Amino acid sequence: MMESRLDGNAAGGILGAIFPFDMTTAIATCAGCGLTDPIGAFMAYVSAIGTVVRCPRCDNALMRLTNVRGHYWMDTRGMRMLRISEGR
Amino acid sequence: MSDFISRGFRGRRQTGEVSARLPPGQYLERGFPVLSAGPTPHTPLDKWDFSVVGSVEAPKRWTWDEFRALPRESVTADIHCVTKWSKFDTHWEGVSVDTLLGEVVSEADYVAAFSDGGYTTNLPREHVTDGKAWVVYLYEGEPIPPEHGGPARLLVPHLYFWKSAKWVRGLRLMDEDEPGFWETLGYHNLGDPWKEQRYTGD
Amino acid sequence: MEGTALHRRLIWQLGEVVSTRTETARARSLTLAMPEWPGHQSGQHVDVRLTAADGYRAERSYSIASPPEDAPNVTVTVERLENGEVSPYLVDEVQTGDRVELRGPIGGYFVWEARLGGPLFLVGGGSGIVPLMAMLRHRRAARSAVPTRLLYSARSQDEVIYRHELEDLTHGDEMLQVIYTLTRQQPPGWTGYHRRIDTDLLGEAAWPAQDYARAYICGPTPFVETAAASLVALGYPPARIKTERFGPTGGG
Repeated sequence: MMESRLDGNAAGGILGAIFPFDMTTAIATCAGCGLTDPIGAFMAYVSAIGTVVRCPRCDNALMRLTNVRGHYWMDTRGMRMLRISEGR
Repeated sequence: MSDFISRGFRGRRQTGEVSARLPPGQYLERGFPVLSAGPTPHTPLDKWDFSVVGSVEAPKRWTWDEFRALPRESVTADIHCVTKWSKFDTHWEGVSVDTLLGEVVSEADYVAAFSDGGYTTNLPREHVTDGKAWVVYLYEGEPIPPEHGGPARLLVPHLYFWKSAKWVRGLRLMDEDEPGFWETLGYHNLGDPWKEQRYTGD
Repeated sequence: MEGTALHRRLIWQLGEVVSTRTETARARSLTLAMPEWPGHQSGQHVDVRLTAADGYRAERSYSIASPPEDAPNVTVTVERLENGEVSPYLVDEVQTGDRVELRGPIGGYFVWEARLGGPLFLVGGGSGIVPLMAMLRHRRAARSAVPTRLLYSARSQDEVIYRHELEDLTHGDEMLQVIYTLTRQQPPGWTGYHRRIDTDLLGEAAWPAQDYARAYICGPTPFVETAAASLVALGYPPARIKTERFGPTGGG
């Protein structure tokens, strides 16, 4: 098996279970290099152990997510800002 | 909804006479699944090094050639992933962590393995000594493929496999325990598969 | 449709398989009736979760093949992967009347709707055609005349999913063009492309950069990355290129 890098859309399932709006279109700023883009344009590494959303430019982990025993755990130290549209 | 069962679904699993060898909740896997938290690093061997740092009298560092010259051991072990697959009789070769820690002086009780790409995992020092852990570079006689953690990964087969950090570049001795990449996100601090310590609080 | 988009958390929903359709030797479409479906946009996907009797679970994502106009029915097209865990079950085992747990729709970033306009350049590799087909089906249902080109890479003609429907779509629609590249095996007399995509092939197939087309690329990760890099090299602004990587082997 090769690289398992997916697009940010692939994190949309777990993010959609946590947030009551579409996170893949929310605009995030990488705390590593300042890249600002919709989460759909970031990279997602998805497996049964957890999901990691990374910057395509500097590989910094913006978000690390797990779903363990009825809780979602989310580490967002790698994401400096999140901008969500009111509309959809 | 949690009561729903998909008619006729079993997955790829095998059960049967091997189940006595499986820790609770595990299934036997024929393949070798790759779970990734980030891009596969490709550190060239002439830039690679391995360090033992942190709460030590003096840190120690080996280049790839120096590391390969260290006493080599063969390990055959069953491995158990927290995502429930297990694989029997995996064969590795590498350097015992006892050999590596033997090169430094430290009173520290905890160890963190750190890897290219930023992954970390924490272990009590007693769980990586006395023949329980290695830094390996061969799998089934061949250099470990990058997707499985090559050129070198940690191997701690008595614990869930997320503790066997891929692309390992060193060990940091610590006086206080510090949870690593998955341990801060709800996974168990130790991870003993025979006690089914998958998650925090288990 | 827009106002009903996701202002609630995604939950697992049970859908009933109302019909199945064999598309190719390895691919099958399943149409599910989803009682609480909020509607979706072409390009979105669903997560499917299977649970065995002993509680073992496996989850995979599948692109929605049906256009929003088909809601509350939702169709997914699944390709059986050798050594797959979920896809063999969905392709070989599931029957009409079975229920399947799924969560969605997911991913408002990789979507196209007719009001976004074009020109449209769709690039699909293998089962990457699925979300692009949802776009083409929506384009037809909306009676859109947006100039559209589909570049579809498949191993052989037998492995082209939706082959006859694609023929039907192009008949009488001068604004839609389908370009195939058949990479392993070609039918006798084939005069089309017969190699894996590369910058030259994309240069010939794609709208010129100055047309400011919207590009959607979907398929196995290496395919997507080659196509995206080629389009950037051809002058497409990265912001006009949307990608949906399916992973190294293209699914599960």
